[in-house]
Amino acid sequence: MVKYILQRVGYMIITLFIVASLTFFLMKLIPGSPFNNFEKLNEVQRNILLDKYGLNDPVPVQYYNYMVNMVKGDLGISFQFDNTPVTELIANRIGPSAQLGLQAMIFGSLLGILLGVIAALKQNTWVDYGATFIAVVGKSVPSFIFAGLMQYYISVKLGWLPVMLWKGPEYTILPTIALAMFPISIAARFMRTEMIDVLGSDYITLARAKGASRFQISVKHALRNALIPVVTVLGPLAVSLMTGSLVIEQIFGIPGLGEQFVKSISMNDYPVIMGTNILFAVLFVVVILIVDILYGIIDPRIRISGGKAK
Amino acid sequence: MDKILQVKDLNISFHTFSGEVKAIRGVNFDLYNGETLAIVGESGSGKSVTTKAIMRLLPEHNSEIKSGEILFDGKDLTKLTDKQMQKIRGHDISMIFQDPMTSLNPTMKIGNQIMEPLIKHQNMSKHSAKERAIELLKLVGIPKPEIRINQYPHQFSGGMRQRVVIAIALACNPKILIADEPTTALDVTIQAQILELMKDLQKKIDTSIIFITHDLGVVANVADRVAVMYGGKIVEIGTADEIFYNPQHPYTWGLISSMPDMDTEDEELYSIPGTPPDLLDPPKGDAFAPRNPYAMKIDLEQEPPFFKVSDTHYAATWLLHPDAPKVEPPEAVKRRQSQYVGTVGVASGAAKLEKSQSPGIKEGK
Amino acid sequence: MSNKEITISKDMFAPAHIDPSKSEKISKTSLNFWQDSWLRVRKNKGAVVSLVILVIMIIMAFVGPLITPYAYDDQNTKHNNLPPRIQGLENVDWLPFDGTLTRRNGDVYNAYEVKKAEDSYYWFGTDNLGRDQFARVWKGTQVSLFIAFMAALIDMLIGVAYGAISGFIGGRTDGIMQRIIEVIVGIPNLIVVVLLMLVLKPGIIPIIIALTITGWTSMARVVRAQVLKFKGQEFVLAAKTLGAPNSSIIFKHMIPNMFGVIIINTMFSIPNAIFFEAFLSFIGLGLQEPHASLGTLVNSGFKSMIAFPYQMIIPSIMIALIMVCFNLVADGLRDALDPKMRD
Repeated sequence: MVKYILQRVGYMIITLFIVASLTFFLMKLIPGSPFNNFEKLNEVQRNILLDKYGLNDPVPVQYYNYMVNMVKGDLGISFQFDNTPVTELIANRIGPSAQLGLQAMIFGSLLGILLGVIAALKQNTWVDYGATFIAVVGKSVPSFIFAGLMQYYISVKLGWLPVMLWKGPEYTILPTIALAMFPISIAARFMRTEMIDVLGSDYITLARAKGASRFQISVKHALRNALIPVVTVLGPLAVSLMTGSLVIEQIFGIPGLGEQFVKSISMNDYPVIMGTNILFAVLFVVVILIVDILYGIIDPRIRISGGKAK
Repeated sequence: MDKILQVKDLNISFHTFSGEVKAIRGVNFDLYNGETLAIVGESGSGKSVTTKAIMRLLPEHNSEIKSGEILFDGKDLTKLTDKQMQKIRGHDISMIFQDPMTSLNPTMKIGNQIMEPLIKHQNMSKHSAKERAIELLKLVGIPKPEIRINQYPHQFSGGMRQRVVIAIALACNPKILIADEPTTALDVTIQAQILELMKDLQKKIDTSIIFITHDLGVVANVADRVAVMYGGKIVEIGTADEIFYNPQHPYTWGLISSMPDMDTEDEELYSIPGTPPDLLDPPKGDAFAPRNPYAMKIDLEQEPPFFKVSDTHYAATWLLHPDAPKVEPPEAVKRRQSQYVGTVGVASGAAKLEKSQSPGIKEGK
Repeated sequence: MSNKEITISKDMFAPAHIDPSKSEKISKTSLNFWQDSWLRVRKNKGAVVSLVILVIMIIMAFVGPLITPYAYDDQNTKHNNLPPRIQGLENVDWLPFDGTLTRRNGDVYNAYEVKKAEDSYYWFGTDNLGRDQFARVWKGTQVSLFIAFMAALIDMLIGVAYGAISGFIGGRTDGIMQRIIEVIVGIPNLIVVVLLMLVLKPGIIPIIIALTITGWTSMARVVRAQVLKFKGQEFVLAAKTLGAPNSSIIFKHMIPNMFGVIIINTMFSIPNAIFFEAFLSFIGLGLQEPHASLGTLVNSGFKSMIAFPYQMIIPSIMIALIMVCFNLVADGLRDALDPKMRD
């Protein structure tokens, strides 16, 4: 178990290193300059600017400085917002994104699991087909399409909920729903498959032979076993939330990381782009690691004898 | 002797993509108080389906009990709702399954799995249920039960898991225990232990057992009476002695002959050719006819009724009809018949024709 | 039960002639793998309906721009922002094809009259530069589908080759190749795609490159698993004994047996590609004017959502429809081709 964790952490570090390096070099390759009106300046002024941001140093030196600084926690200074450290910018913006992400994750997984269980219990009835259809639609249709359509029909036409911005709890409803569609469908699909699988196993038949009621069987016996593999899906779900948040935040005008990221792309604000990139990568990798460890803990077969499950 | 269970004219079908499979085509038998009845047959003969039907554990979405009754404790089990059946399952009738590796819930402690029926059916408190569970573990021969009770199934070996399954089944002292090939998945030495355990427990708890198996050796070990199934019907039923030493149905002959014993010499082992019938479209006459070297024209036309061989022994084969020619059963069977006292039946004269639908002992009520 | 009282005559007890070969007969007709799968796909109504819809859409993607009198990049600023209007359906109130718009205060007015364009019919309306949406939507579908198919194809080629070689050679090489995949998979897709799009100027080819750089990994893994499974099987051993070279073993023996999983994986990567392309367009890294893809159409439509909702709704529905149908077909195929679910 310990060896397993160490191995995963090792991979994590390698991955982050590669991401950071990749980001750095790709940034260097982008043609053009991050500074507005660069061409209008003369040689001396240009050099001053370049020197200030360390852009005149040879590339390997820049690379080294960059990496060292990053480990120290210094992600550089934003080009757009002069003198604001990237870390500060990110810190300001993390709040809304985290809230949105957590809300969507919790709401999405819970609803998805519930749908999946119901679909499995009423297999091959209309309830099942309905739930499966919702799951397919949720998985296929991109979240921003949902967002746009919901914004139009619910906010603009019906006026039930605010269109955009982030000024109170009711502002979070539409974005959360839009972002949660994907997790709902993945969780539902997965849960349904696992539940049906578990319901067909011998120990469930034995539980029935013991005289257990339908409810006891579904909840006490089946659910516990079916939930375990669902944990493995949480990782990719978290990732999808990160991708989705970029667009959702734009559409709903939410002052989060995603919106920042997109803005900095259009402004060629290298430090911010790189910093946010790294952050996303770290989040991603950490979530996957946590999920892997969690799985090992929840399944008693792995936890107690360190043996293989199934 | 009292009858504790009566199965009358049971017909069960499965609705599949390819059509209706008539898995059980008219099964009749009784179970007497305190006895062990073995049901023998090939895969697909209907043994498991019959017993699962008694417990009403067949999958609801594609199985149908087309007709028949299962009488227990004054009720017809085919007519009860699932809620009513839940009270009976685990309490009056219990079941143990074939594969101990998959019968137990992998994420639930053993103790809790045993305590479940105790709490549900006998309203025990958690504390007394736990004590009783430890008692049960001792009863089935698991050492250090106080520690084991908090462990998970994967920490037990196959044989021990099967013991736990038995403990769960017997927790509420059921009147009937159905054992569906409980030793098939175990090593031979463990097999013997489990069979001994079951016989022992049967005496202690005074329960009646229906034992399903395809292994005649096991049958000889545990059974009082034996029912042989083929193609969804019982083809022969009698006491263990009668079936082993004086079988009458050609299928039973096949089974007995294909089992080597101490007296088998250099002869070739007999094996029944062919494969079981397709129950999507059951054959018109005797289902065994296509594989029966002793088949007669009438076997292809009509299903044979039960012919009485003795008060306890019935066989459904036209060979027992007064007009049927005398045939020589295989060597292995003849050898056994010579060891049998009071031979009646095919080898020594005609048997009485009795179109009885529910064979069983006639005396007593 | 046969309880008919047929008199039983003595001659019925004569021995019957049993043909032993009959007892070994297997009564169900046997189907080959593809026939069996096709039957199962056909039973899945959702997949069949989706397939039909997809075929129609693909046909329309080519035919669409041709049947309308306007080219997709023709601008006519006097006719800008007109709502959809279809001859024949324009008088049907409850359908949105009557050429009317609703103002903020609830007033309904006929935009065509206002812009003095009574004689023109734009079936899906026009955008803010007066370009015919009908032509643009189908042109956009064309582009989106093209990008998706190309990306899926390249993913398939790279993935199959990588996975087959990795699995076949085995040993250390396999180990290294797998580590590489693990690291690639560990890097968030999104980040790589965004970075690449920043470096390469947006365009159809760059998008395809960005999509394929990391998309082949799932195919590679699946193919490798299959190869490992086959490696131990006897038909491979037999081919080797007969002197078949390695390349022949891989391509003529193993891969034909993998068509099922390959097709399934490819079918799933198509909607994935469409999604990413639309996503990139939405954040501004996709195609540029005057090129149209469904993603860019949604993006521009989004900006005028409140006043001219149809500009966003129509391409949105198109994307949604395509994605759902592809997923349903892929699901249906997977259910049909998965050998574990045989009867």
